[in-house]
Amino acid sequence: MGEQRNFRVWRGDDNGGQLEDFQVEVNDGEVVLDIIHRLQATQAPDLAVRWNCKAGKCGSCSMEINGKPRLGCMTRMSTFAPEETVTVTPLRTFPVIRDLVTDVSFNYQKARELPAFAPPADVAPGEYRMQQIDVERSQEFRKCIECFLCQNVCHVIRDHEDNKQAFSGPRFFIRAAELDMHPLDTRTDRKDAAVEEQGIGYCNITKCCTEVCPEHIKITDNAIIPMKERAVDRRYDPIAWLGSKIFRREQLDKPAGYATAGVATAPRPNAGTADTPVEQAAAHGAQGDISANWHREAAAGHAAPVGPDGKLPVTEFTGQLAGAQSPFGDDVEFPMPATDINYQHPNRPDEH
Amino acid sequence: MTNIERHNYDVVVIGAGGAGLRAAIEARLAGKKTAIISKSLFGKAHTVMAEGGAAAAMGNANSNDNWMVHFRDTMRGGKFLNNFRMAELHAKEAPDRIWELETYGALFDRTADGRISQRNFGGHEYPRLAHVGDRTGLELIRTLQQKIVSLQQEDYAATGSYESRIRVFAETTITELFVEGGRIAGAFGYYRESGEFVLFEAPAIVLATGGVGKSYKVTSNSWEYTGDGHALAMRAGATLINMEFLQFHPTGMVWPPSVKGILVTESVRGDGGVLRNSEGKRFMFDYVPDVFRKQYAETEEEADRWYTDPDNNRRPPELLPRDEVARAINSEVKAGRGTPAGGIYLDIASRRPAEFILKRLPSMYHQFKELADVDITKQPMEIGPTCHYVMGGVEVDPDTAAAAVPGLFAAGEVSGGMHGSNRLGGNSLSDLLVFGKRAGEYAARCADETTKRVKVPAATLNAAVENALAPLGRGEGGENPYTVHGELQQVMNDLVGIIRRRSELEESLGRLADLKERIKKVGVGGGRRYNPGWHLALDLRNMLAVSECTAKAALEREESRGGHTREDFPQMDPDWRRVNLVCSLQGEDVRLERKALPTMRSELMRLFDRAELAKYLTDEELADFDAAAEGVAASGGSASNSAAVGGADKGDV
Repeated sequence: MGEQRNFRVWRGDDNGGQLEDFQVEVNDGEVVLDIIHRLQATQAPDLAVRWNCKAGKCGSCSMEINGKPRLGCMTRMSTFAPEETVTVTPLRTFPVIRDLVTDVSFNYQKARELPAFAPPADVAPGEYRMQQIDVERSQEFRKCIECFLCQNVCHVIRDHEDNKQAFSGPRFFIRAAELDMHPLDTRTDRKDAAVEEQGIGYCNITKCCTEVCPEHIKITDNAIIPMKERAVDRRYDPIAWLGSKIFRREQLDKPAGYATAGVATAPRPNAGTADTPVEQAAAHGAQGDISANWHREAAAGHAAPVGPDGKLPVTEFTGQLAGAQSPFGDDVEFPMPATDINYQHPNRPDEH
Repeated sequence: MTNIERHNYDVVVIGAGGAGLRAAIEARLAGKKTAIISKSLFGKAHTVMAEGGAAAAMGNANSNDNWMVHFRDTMRGGKFLNNFRMAELHAKEAPDRIWELETYGALFDRTADGRISQRNFGGHEYPRLAHVGDRTGLELIRTLQQKIVSLQQEDYAATGSYESRIRVFAETTITELFVEGGRIAGAFGYYRESGEFVLFEAPAIVLATGGVGKSYKVTSNSWEYTGDGHALAMRAGATLINMEFLQFHPTGMVWPPSVKGILVTESVRGDGGVLRNSEGKRFMFDYVPDVFRKQYAETEEEADRWYTDPDNNRRPPELLPRDEVARAINSEVKAGRGTPAGGIYLDIASRRPAEFILKRLPSMYHQFKELADVDITKQPMEIGPTCHYVMGGVEVDPDTAAAAVPGLFAAGEVSGGMHGSNRLGGNSLSDLLVFGKRAGEYAARCADETTKRVKVPAATLNAAVENALAPLGRGEGGENPYTVHGELQQVMNDLVGIIRRRSELEESLGRLADLKERIKKVGVGGGRRYNPGWHLALDLRNMLAVSECTAKAALEREESRGGHTREDFPQMDPDWRRVNLVCSLQGEDVRLERKALPTMRSELMRLFDRAELAKYLTDEELADFDAAAEGVAASGGSASNSAAVGGADKGDV
């Protein structure tokens, strides 16, 4: 019942690598991860891949399949045409360790930088009382399986290594939103932290993270936008601002620069480093005729317009740029020609 | 000489699932420098797969619930083979462990009055499972993971380093435990990422490595479940109990491969699904045992009428108890009437309209549509028994979770005794919280009490390095580890599966002995960096050791009880209830010993009706029970003995 299909898998390590072609048996009802396992068992015993539950619940087998960030265990072979070559590459945003395995430690660092749940001091264990309707908002974000596909697809860091320091990424915006909306969390500075510590201002709401989320969490609409909006409300509504100064004493010991435009006039750092997307794209070694254009000439990444304190300006009015930076470079005209984009919409695989 | 990274810790926890993380939190809270060794990335452990919930008698849904009812349910579920003290501690402490999670940030589903909602589950007398939709395991692991991060943040504030007091070693596999002078001295393993070796010297080690499902062909378990902790414990000189008891589910998917092992809920049959063999025959009518004959329909016409008119018709035989269904499926497959994938068909598509299926089984429909592109409203499912959970594990002291080797502790699925011969749904999540905490607490205490720390001698270390490198040394010329693994799974599936018989178990021991020799010749190409072939080669000997335990114990136990069904001994035998089969390692071979089960304290015994006890106990035990009951009556003791039980301690066992 099996038939031979063409697979192309990226093999290599941090010193470089290339796509290798395989002919491999594919049976009805299999998913991409099954085929990777067959390659291990029959042709490439040392082919490195992460996986655990094989049921879309642990978020380990994140990879890029024909250029699309997907879970290997949730990508059915029946979604490809029989003659189609399936190209499997590692997550592009994170450094390759070997083959399909990448170093995702960035995400664990960002997790540490986000202040933990702050339980109410005066409520004993067992005495927590919350209404279902109030916990549901946070529960949506706790569905996250930490596959990091949203982090991988996010333009702010996908081609901009130097943004990683100041930007936590969608995974941790939903974590911040989750705690912000937690009925019993006692911290009141979650939104401010999202701006000042996590760099949520970089997000230009392209919703790519929402589109790739295998748990269908509405990352942008339900987490990022509310966090952005409330941050803006509180900062720039003078009455709210005054109120916050009077009533919210815990913020008095905030470092200077809180809600001030201290970085507004800072010169914008020079754009581009050696680690350009062009090189990164080349390093991913696209060969041959696959649907995604791995050779695209992407514009050099711009450094984040942070001030001397390493933080973003608090508002675009005081920054040098209206709106967030474009992940394609700020001098690119839109719409870009389709052939220059190496991202495919997950629900519209025919379009580039 | 190979370079080996060395670490010194007070407590090393091997395994980063629920039990491991809870143990690590407790050890760190006790002020101990703690390491967590995770075979996968942090937060990916198999605990995420648990769906139903965590059982705890909080009494939120029904105020009649309390620890005594939970204890009773657990003992019943385990067919009285449980270590009663573990079941008692578990039932008493589970609510506190769940409430504690809320202070770590967990968000369970709520009742109308804002408390933790509890759901019904098989075997539990009252609604008892704290849950979050069908992703309770994920909530648990994420909560514990985030608690550990918060402890690291505290340490960062105090010391300037996140990892000064608790550190997670992700994607690190332990291959050896070291015992020096009769006590635990350290653990040795490798980083998957680099293939570099690492030594942890520690006076206390907690095993929390989960189960053994990867020895089976059809399993709901992930690749990590290779019985590492079971095998490490035995090689260190500790003992395993109850290894013959594995929980299989009769209806797991066997095809397509993308969903192999995933459970198909019994309500598919309850709502009209029928079992058919490859000839299209609805075969369950041939498998109704005499004792059930009166309650079950004899014709398809009568069975089909039952769904709409249960009062005037008998039940369809598809609704026989789980083990009967499993036995029937097993027989059909062995008679050559199975599907190509080795299962049988579960057909609801041809029997119910699509709208009915969508309305009654929405999550089943979506699960199969999304994971496998199988439309259960249009085509039958291919199902067969799937390996789910191992009740057996490291023999531990119930209060301290300490194994037979000083300094070694075990908690969660890797420990044995708590669930007896069968585990109730929902009891695993609460088990790992209760005993994870205890293991961490007593490991920390053990580290305190160990004044003199022993070093691991260089020669021992070199031997461990040599063992680990051997498969790479043999290169691609050796046996292919994937092939050997496949054969091991086939042997366990065919011969030590859900229904067992003497001849097959004997055959399995021969096949396992062959495989043991072949495992010694396994070779892999490639280097040490993230080489899954090498990793599998090193896991194989663990899988073989636990498989041998299961096969030997299954052959020895001549009765059927819970997760152990012998076709040649279909009844439960009260004499066997008093016996645990204890596995240890003698050289390379598994040695089996019989050991008496601890006797339940009489005030716990009196929580049960005599009529119920009569099903499990020997006449001798019943006589003792009667004598004790008379004694209580004579001394004016009340039948309600909650106070006596609550105040009882371990000493009066």
